[in-house]
Amino acid sequence: MSENASSTISKQPFFRDPADERPLAKTLLILVALAFLAFFLLLPLISVFVEAFREGWGAYYEALVEPDAAAAIRLTLLVAAIAVPLNLVFGLCASWAIAKFEFKGKAFLITLIDLPFSISPVISGLVYVLLFGSGSLLGPLLKSWGIEILFAVPGIVLATVFVTFPFVARELIPLMQDQGSGDEEAALSLGASGWQTFRYVTLPNIKWGLLYGVLLCNARAMGEFGAVSVVSGRIRGLTNTMPLHVEILYNEYNMVAAFAVASLLALLALVTLALKTLLELRFGAGNAGGRH
Amino acid sequence: MEVTINNIRKEFERFPALNDVSLKIASGELIALLGPSGSGKTTLLRLIAGLDFPTAGKIFFGDEDASHHSVQERNVGFVFQHYALFRHMTVAENIGFGLKVRPSSSRPPKSEIRRRVSDLLDMVQLGGLEKRYPNQLSGGQRQRVALARAMAIEPRILLLDEPFGALDAKVRKELRRWLREFHDRTGHTTVFVTHDQEEALELADRVVVMSQGKIEQVGSADDVYDRPGSPFVFSFIGESSHLPVEVKEKTVLFQGQPIGISEPVEGGGELFFRPEDVSLVDAQDALFGKVTACRRLAGTRIAEIDIANEGHAPYHVEVEVPLHAPVALGSEVRFRPTRWKVFTNG
Repeated sequence: MSENASSTISKQPFFRDPADERPLAKTLLILVALAFLAFFLLLPLISVFVEAFREGWGAYYEALVEPDAAAAIRLTLLVAAIAVPLNLVFGLCASWAIAKFEFKGKAFLITLIDLPFSISPVISGLVYVLLFGSGSLLGPLLKSWGIEILFAVPGIVLATVFVTFPFVARELIPLMQDQGSGDEEAALSLGASGWQTFRYVTLPNIKWGLLYGVLLCNARAMGEFGAVSVVSGRIRGLTNTMPLHVEILYNEYNMVAAFAVASLLALLALVTLALKTLLELRFGAGNAGGRH
Repeated sequence: MEVTINNIRKEFERFPALNDVSLKIASGELIALLGPSGSGKTTLLRLIAGLDFPTAGKIFFGDEDASHHSVQERNVGFVFQHYALFRHMTVAENIGFGLKVRPSSSRPPKSEIRRRVSDLLDMVQLGGLEKRYPNQLSGGQRQRVALARAMAIEPRILLLDEPFGALDAKVRKELRRWLREFHDRTGHTTVFVTHDQEEALELADRVVVMSQGKIEQVGSADDVYDRPGSPFVFSFIGESSHLPVEVKEKTVLFQGQPIGISEPVEGGGELFFRPEDVSLVDAQDALFGKVTACRRLAGTRIAEIDIANEGHAPYHVEVEVPLHAPVALGSEVRFRPTRWKVFTNG
């Protein structure tokens, strides 16, 4: 479309699209946008990698395999491996319920799903401290059964689930609402069971949106700092996730190690972006989502 | 399959969409549910299919009470208004879907499914398009794939929701004729919903005219057009005009004056007549009014006439006038209905 328009312009300058800018304005707009992006996004990203490799590959590798760093990486992967599937199932259920049924309290449920987006992650963390801390009702009770929530892996998982649960649902609700339930009704009328309908009709219709939601959810689950930092207690080698570990290293002026771990997180973001772009290229912007 | 609908009532959040509807559909019949939007025709179709359930009343398939059977148990072929083809499946996969999802005890082997799909595609004249995806088909082709998919499960009845609604006029006409032939060939009991009266009258054995959740009339095209059973049917199907009249001693009076026609019923009511059932007369006892517009309509000419109504807006009627003798704008004409119906009040 835009290619067509620009080639028309070069050949027939008198028939410029009325909605099109003048060449000068166009170039200026593009330059401003690019400069802004380069300064605020590209430059910091590059500097992360430059800093990480300042003392060469060896130091970079050392920083990553160092026991505390390795523990942080393992914990981050573990937390993501629990939180993402949970939110995938929850997101599917919630969007199914919201998109396909009418029920009382639907508006409330939608608001509730948005809650983690609208409150500060630090507060999300504090909520769990209130719920499971030593001054709460639940904390001591669970402790007497030998279950530790705060300053332990369960707390980190809970906080991460809380912070990341809107991603899949937010991605799927508009998609499923848009698609309606016509296809499902067709499948049922052809004799398919509820599960077959979901497996053969609903899931293929939403799979790219779902994948996109999961990617975003995963990126956030691994990168979450605020909520996790409140509930983790930051015990080195035990309850430190990658973002927390980066901060500790940074505070200790261990720049190379800090940026080495940070570069892994940045890499994750890049991979997520690349996958997202690939999805959109292959299956159209409409299918891969893209409203964030 | 004979379908009997007994005193069906359907409420959506206490708003009645269907109110005490009863209908008997004979085996092999082609039935049209015709009505304006909101008349409950699609609701009735979905209740027959089992996609919705009635608030009260029963639905029988033959002698079997199907009221509480799920859509899967009813084994009906449903063609959706916007086809609802599965976009990620090929044409062949779409048509074979109903066979593929059967429990293994009754599922035909893959080769058998492929053969049946190919037969069905031939039947809907789309042979060779097995590998296409729905978005590579035209509207008319999609409609026929949807029909083949519904037929694949060997349904007991075929239900079509506005089957031609999303197609352009030419394709509509072709498919209409094609569906009639298809029905005559397969002999399936078929119910389709439409708001297009031309479609209903041309295609159906019997037309069910619906309005505001009720059945107004059931009958052949001739019945509903020539012998409308209610003021709604008279004005909904075809063109018509109506005037308030009074019948005294079998003479029809309009504004207290005889208009040269008689009726057996007595009392106040509404006189209905069609533009083509009117003749211009020279007599005193007739309707008269001023010609406000005259328009050519295919093979006829229609005059719009205002009849004065003291102190109120004039009555507006339309009558057909001879092509060769156009009436002058602003002139006064006298006319009488040659065929009419008076619906008495109350």
